[in-house]
Amino acid sequence: MSPFARLVRRDLARAVAHGGAWLPLIFYLLVATLFPFAIGPDAALLGKVGSGALWTAALLAALLPVERLVRPDIASGVLDQLVIRGHSDENVAAAKLAAHWLSFGPPLMVATLPAAALLNLDGPTLTRLEIGLLLGTPGLAALGLAVAALTAGLRAAGALIGLVMLPLAVPLLIFGADAGTGALKLLAATSLLFVAGAPFVAGAALRAGRS
Amino acid sequence: MTRLALENVACFRGGRLLFEDLNLALEPGEGMLVTGANGVGKSSLLRIAAGLLAPVAGRVMREGGVALAAEASALDEDRTLFAALAFWARLDGGDDEAVAMALAAIGLAPLAQVPVRLLSTGQRRRATLARVIASGAGIWLLDEPASGLDAASLNELAAAMAGHLAAGGVILAASHQPLGLAMREFGL
Repeated sequence: MSPFARLVRRDLARAVAHGGAWLPLIFYLLVATLFPFAIGPDAALLGKVGSGALWTAALLAALLPVERLVRPDIASGVLDQLVIRGHSDENVAAAKLAAHWLSFGPPLMVATLPAAALLNLDGPTLTRLEIGLLLGTPGLAALGLAVAALTAGLRAAGALIGLVMLPLAVPLLIFGADAGTGALKLLAATSLLFVAGAPFVAGAALRAGRS
Repeated sequence: MTRLALENVACFRGGRLLFEDLNLALEPGEGMLVTGANGVGKSSLLRIAAGLLAPVAGRVMREGGVALAAEASALDEDRTLFAALAFWARLDGGDDEAVAMALAAIGLAPLAQVPVRLLSTGQRRRATLARVIASGAGIWLLDEPASGLDAASLNELAAAMAGHLAAGGVILAASHQPLGLAMREFGL
């Protein structure tokens, strides 16, 4: 197994063990359950707003694991040890990004099936939503990782994470919740930009945090 | 061949110049004990030697792999001691046997299946040393390796260090306590 795969496997195991994988999932389903209570049992209305509601829920769920993505590994010296072994900060960040997405992207897509039933989404809307999540969650994971690395040195990072990450995630929300065909391409483009940039942003933040 | 050399190194941290024009060179089989008061820059010196901190002046030359035992153990709390050490050993290209030998060398073999979070301060310290031993790296950088160790563990530490030096390794240690091993001293 390559060192990169070992890092991904370790982070994935930690996410499952520490709730990083389960918390967003439960939160997402909870929001999907709350919406019909708040809006009322109007099936047509729920079907209309459901897609946007689930995207908002996905966005908020993506915030939950961010605080524990990077900070514990800095405190325990794991990142120092990886750097000593010659792993670049960018490489470590890329492994963390892959593990983070695996721990919350696919589970969220599975959870969308019962959530869609709760919100009375029709077949085409559900398909569209799943494709959107497949394209958009890597971007959300990338944003989460970059913000986690940038705020890792701060004492009260919890509140700041939402303030920094949510505005940056607005493009993903707009293109993800939009029903047009061009929107999916723009969603993929935005997501790709975040995924390509995040390892470098996070790597630079980790390096700066060490000096 | 394993070597470590620092040439005219200066360290500037927290608005203070900790040291400058620092020179030291370690040839294969050589160990050095860095001594000095708290806050004088011993840990920073080890971090510079490890490549974690860039010196503001001078340069560091390393030949061979580096293993650092700092205050943080870098072992995953929820895994067993053996699994946590095996993660690093595999990254270093080692196998389970290297971990088992390192655990035996430092007297932790009976605790191999205990989760890391249940280890005491001294056991954690020894686990950190086991990670260094299992790494197979030529250059050992030990920051206060003896803190929290009992007499028996101190002997095992001294034996492990002596074995490493005899095999041509290099040790740079920072400690307030004697390590039970004749090494050159370097006052910071």
